[in-house]
Amino acid sequence: MEIEEVHKNTKLLYQNKPWNVDGAEFVKPGKGRAIYKLRLKNLLDGGVLDVTFHSGEKVDEASITNTEMQYLYKEADHYVFMNTQNFEQTFVTEKQLGDKIKFLKEGTLVNVQLLDELPIDITIPTFVELAVVETGSSIKTATVTAQNKSAKLETGFTIDVPTFIKEGDVLKIDTRTGNYVERLGTKK
Amino acid sequence: MPPEQERLAKIKSNLMRRAQIYDLARDFFRGRGFFEVETPTRVPAIAPELNIVPEESSDWYLITSPELHMKRLLAAGYPRIFQISHCFRKGERGRLHNPEFSLLEWYRSAAGFQDVIIDTEQLVTAIAGKLESGNTINYQGNKVDLSLPWPRLPVREAFIENAGWDPVANYEPERFDHDMATLVLPKLESARPTVLVEYPAAAASLARLKPGDPAVAERAEVFISGLEIANAYSELTDADEQRKRFEAEIQQIQREQGRKMKMPESFIEAVGYMPECGGIALGMERLVMLFCNAGSIEEVTAFTAGNI
Repeated sequence: MEIEEVHKNTKLLYQNKPWNVDGAEFVKPGKGRAIYKLRLKNLLDGGVLDVTFHSGEKVDEASITNTEMQYLYKEADHYVFMNTQNFEQTFVTEKQLGDKIKFLKEGTLVNVQLLDELPIDITIPTFVELAVVETGSSIKTATVTAQNKSAKLETGFTIDVPTFIKEGDVLKIDTRTGNYVERLGTKK
Repeated sequence: MPPEQERLAKIKSNLMRRAQIYDLARDFFRGRGFFEVETPTRVPAIAPELNIVPEESSDWYLITSPELHMKRLLAAGYPRIFQISHCFRKGERGRLHNPEFSLLEWYRSAAGFQDVIIDTEQLVTAIAGKLESGNTINYQGNKVDLSLPWPRLPVREAFIENAGWDPVANYEPERFDHDMATLVLPKLESARPTVLVEYPAAAASLARLKPGDPAVAERAEVFISGLEIANAYSELTDADEQRKRFEAEIQQIQREQGRKMKMPESFIEAVGYMPECGGIALGMERLVMLFCNAGSIEEVTAFTAGNI
């Protein structure tokens, strides 16, 4: 693609690595040649690179496909996902998952963005249902309201919940904020 | 409120200030014996420039600057003229650029680039005085002292100091543009305006070469707090030289970019009749950004390419 078409969040292949364009600045002295200053974030390891291009130059757009996959299990330091169409397995690193690890339980369906065969990002559902595995009867916490206490979920992640929540309750969690939304029922 | 109304409500005070700055600029020039002219926006030929791509309109062009027609007026004996006109440059879009923007251009007979730079100093400080900001303005976290005169810095010195080479002795066009944008301009003092003067002869554009030192052109640019505000020339009045420069530019554009540009013949004919004069083009949006403490051209323009 032409450098002129690149904007924030375009995905590029540069020096054989996939990058997200985190920032694109157009610099041009009135009579001079246009310069495009890009801030690139490596989609595999998160590394940042500042590069400049000139008008007329071409860059390779990374072709990204979205594939539905199911989270199977954790193995050593990576996470195993299965393509729900062809049952092929894909490995994703802890670094790529980031905070999303907190909301992943075995069997969850997610969208994996693939660059060729390589997973580069994962979109998890906005809301997930997770069971409480541990919570005190009335723990005093330092949170804003006295009605809250902390609860450990089946993924190992701890959140603030209302005091009426008991072990075994299944909760709806907003994965964008990591907040408790409501109680859906009790796990038998 | 719908997003568009909310956006326009947010920049209303900037747009009102913009109108005020237009009035002050017109008052400034009328008070100095200039009169306002109007020249066409859609024209059969423009100045060929390697790094400025015009918008085409049928087989004509939208102007990238009103320069050629204003010079035809000068050649006909109009000694002091100014104009604020909409100009179009294809693909120029960013924090400081919109493909359609406004240039304030003025020309002064029996003068050179130093004289129109002095006009610029007086114009900007006159506006600052009327807007009650005095001689110190705050722009994007920087205090800028506008008191006169503004420091003049030869391009050669700025490059040796910040880029480590002398573009006057040995001009490399691509390296010059790249280093100007990435090494030189970011290092200009932010607390004071800077006037870069004496560009390498090869970057003369439509400026004449300095009498007695033809290695440099009588061209200057004004920078304030990182904003490129204006570009001034002692105008080239030698028709043969002007034709040669345009021919070389047309060939280079064809060779490097495959764009076909036409020789603006009516302009070339007028060049020989032009008096000795200085001329300058000032980006109105940039000036308004400065006085509105606006970080982006979108904050001083009601409708830009992104929301047209």
